[in-house]
Amino acid sequence: MTPGRQGSNSTISTTSGPALRGRARDVFARHFTAGDMATRGVLQDLVSGLSNAGICGDDLATVELILAEVLNNVTEHAYADGPGPVELSVQMQRRALACQIVDRGRPMPSGDAPDPPLPPIEPMVNMPEGGFGWHIIRCLTTDLTYQRVGKRNTLSMRVPLTGSG
Amino acid sequence: MDITARKQGPILIATVNDTRIDAAVAIEFKETIRAEAEATEGPVILDLSNVTFLDSSGLGAVVAVMKLLGSSRPLELAGLTDPVAKVFRLTRMDSIFTIHPSVPSDLRATG
Repeated sequence: MTPGRQGSNSTISTTSGPALRGRARDVFARHFTAGDMATRGVLQDLVSGLSNAGICGDDLATVELILAEVLNNVTEHAYADGPGPVELSVQMQRRALACQIVDRGRPMPSGDAPDPPLPPIEPMVNMPEGGFGWHIIRCLTTDLTYQRVGKRNTLSMRVPLTGSG
Repeated sequence: MDITARKQGPILIATVNDTRIDAAVAIEFKETIRAEAEATEGPVILDLSNVTFLDSSGLGAVVAVMKLLGSSRPLELAGLTDPVAKVFRLTRMDSIFTIHPSVPSDLRATG
């Protein structure tokens, strides 16, 4: 399933990320210092927290994967010069999880969140070892927005809930 | 990184005992498999049946292992759990690797 490639029938907010709905409620929030092991720990807490909030199966695995890719990018690119603070928050909406990730690192080079095609499947020697992260994020999310305000990067997105698995 | 490697005839079967192949262990994963594979010359089957989480860093490390083995030594995968299979499917890497539902039964350890 690739909701990110099919558009979305939900409210689109182009300036402030996923719009809050009446029934939205906070289900997870963490402030931490970027790093590979920190990402692991936060994801472990996230899975536990969302599981307690009733998210399960495929949906839980999907949101963990998406946020792993986002946090890996923050660690590797935004904080390429050294670790810095990250704020992650997740809200439960009616049929989606609204996720927001804020960091104070480098801006996105293009000024917007990348939307790359899949790296071409090449003969083995040229097979790409990277470049998959944004493809995965775009495939699995809707309403993705990026804002640079002052020295803060804010990435917002929705992860549709399927209730399966 | 906890990886158990054993030879079954000419084939090296490397079982990942950790549950995650992510950015924190991607390089270590690649180097561990490389070291195990250097001791043998035949095909390698990577048993991922214990792995429940793999991100694009982990995927990149699996591709890197395939490349370092070279075209004469196929890398095949076995035992992909649902979340891991999803990453291979989304990136179409499932079309690159031979993927077994589990380590072929005639290659399983006996006794």
